Amino acid sequence: MTARRVVITGLGMISPIGNNKKDFWDNLIEGRGGIGQIDRFDASDFPTRIAAQVKDFNVQDYIPRKDARRMDLFVQYACSAARIAVEDAGLQLDAAEAPRVGVWIGSGIGGIQTFEEQHAKMLQKGVNGLSPFFIPMMISNMAAGQVAIMLGARGPNGCTVTACASGSNSIGEALQLIRLGKADVMIAGGTEASITPVAVGGFCAMKALSTANEDPSRACRPFDIKRDGFVMGEGAAILVLEEMEHALRRGARIYAELAGYGASADAVHMVQPDIEGRGAALAFSMALADAGIKPEEVDYINAHGTGTELNDQVETRAIKSVFAEHSYQMLVSSTKPYTGHMLGAAGAIELIASVLSLVNNSVPPTLNLEEPDPLCDLDYVPGKARQKELKVVLSDSLGFGGHNAALVIRKI
Amino acid sequence: MNVFEELKKIIVEIKDIPEDEIQLEAKFAEDLEADSLDIVEMLMLLEEKFDIQIPEEEAAKLKTVKNVVDYVEAKLQ
Repeated sequence: MTARRVVITGLGMISPIGNNKKDFWDNLIEGRGGIGQIDRFDASDFPTRIAAQVKDFNVQDYIPRKDARRMDLFVQYACSAARIAVEDAGLQLDAAEAPRVGVWIGSGIGGIQTFEEQHAKMLQKGVNGLSPFFIPMMISNMAAGQVAIMLGARGPNGCTVTACASGSNSIGEALQLIRLGKADVMIAGGTEASITPVAVGGFCAMKALSTANEDPSRACRPFDIKRDGFVMGEGAAILVLEEMEHALRRGARIYAELAGYGASADAVHMVQPDIEGRGAALAFSMALADAGIKPEEVDYINAHGTGTELNDQVETRAIKSVFAEHSYQMLVSSTKPYTGHMLGAAGAIELIASVLSLVNNSVPPTLNLEEPDPLCDLDYVPGKARQKELKVVLSDSLGFGGHNAALVIRKI
Repeated sequence: MNVFEELKKIIVEIKDIPEDEIQLEAKFAEDLEADSLDIVEMLMLLEEKFDIQIPEEEAAKLKTVKNVVDYVEAKLQ
C-alpha cells in the first residue's frame, strides 16, 4: 500500500482581523493589526488593558440561536469557523461518508467565560444556582463534540490540550489519523475565547503580557528590542484536511499538501523554554523528516514569535540549529501582531496564514519590528510584505508545559 | 403573574419555538423536543421567577405544560 497523503481543501476562521479569508489575508498583507482596547469587560484596574478581540461576530449568521445559547464563546467560534471551512471546501456530508469524517479541535483553556459566570452564581446563590449546562459548556473537548453534532461527522473525534501548541498539535494528530486510515477527512484546528477577567488577570500575574496600553497597535513587537510581552488574542481557525485521492476524486480545490508533523517536549520547566531551543529544534527536524524535506528547501517559517524576550531568542536559536546557513536565506515572520496570541487557536490560524502565503507567494511582514534584538538576526520581513516564490512553508507553536509542534506544508 | 404566560416565555427562550405552538396539553419530551437538561433549566428559571423550590422527586412527575402550571399555581396558594 502506498502512503496516504493529506491535503488542505478548506479554510475557516473567526479572527481579530477578519471572519473570512479575503479580509484576513488583505489585513495581513497590508499590515493592519487587530489589537485594541479590551471592551469585553471593565479592564480599567488591570495592568494590561489591550487585546486582539474578534470583531463583527454575530453567532446567528452561523448557528441557530437555540443551539448557540448552550455554547460557550469558544465553542461558538469553533462551530462558526468549521461551517465556513466546510463551505470553503465544498464538502457535502452524507450518511455513507459520515463515519469517515472526523473532528479534532484543540483549546488551551476551554470555557473559562462560562466557568467564571457559574462560579459567581454559586458564590451568590449556593450550589443550587449552578446551571445544568455549566459542565457541558465548559469542558475543552466540547468544541470538537459540537462541531461533530453540527456536521453529523461520526469519525474520530477529540481535542488536544497543549496550551499555545494545541492548534498545531490537533492538526498534527488529525493528519496522523488520516494517514493511518482511520478517517478520510478531518475537520481540524483550534479555538479560544479567554479574554475574560480571570484569564487576562492570570496572564497579568505571570507578567507575560505587554503593558503598552496607550499604543495598542504597536504593543506586540516580535524580535524587536523594545518588546515587553505578548498580547492576548481570541477566535478559532479550522482547516479541512483530506486524503489526497479523496480530494481528487471529488474535484476539490487543493490549497497545499500537509506534508509533515513534528512534536516534542522541552522537559525542563513549566513555562520557560529550553534556553538552547533543543525542544523546538527537535520538533522542526521531526516535521522535516516526516515530510521528506531537507532544511534548505524551506522558504518561509511562520514563527511562534510571541514578542517575549525568551520566546524570540530561543526560537531564533532553534531555527539556526536546524537550518544553519540557510536560516539567513529563508524568510521568518510572526503574524501575532495582527491576531494577538490566539493561544489554543494560534497554531491553526498561523497554519492558515502559511497556506495563504504559499498560495499567494507573499509573506506578511512582522509588524513593529523597528530595532531588532541583536540576538535575533534573521530576515523577519520587517516593514512591508515580501513577494517570493514559495514551495515549502513551516509553522511552529511552542506552549507552556514545554510543548513544541511543527507543521510543514508543500505546494502541489 | 400568570404562570402559563411566564412558562411560555421561558420555553420560547430555551427552545426558540413560536409562542402559539405551546399548548397547555403539550408534552415536554414528545411535543416540545425538550431534553432532560432543557427541563432542568426551565424549572430553575421558574424557581427563580416565582421564588419557589421544586424538589427533584416532584420535578420528575412534571411531564406536560399543564402539570407545571398546576404545580406552580398550587405552590403559590
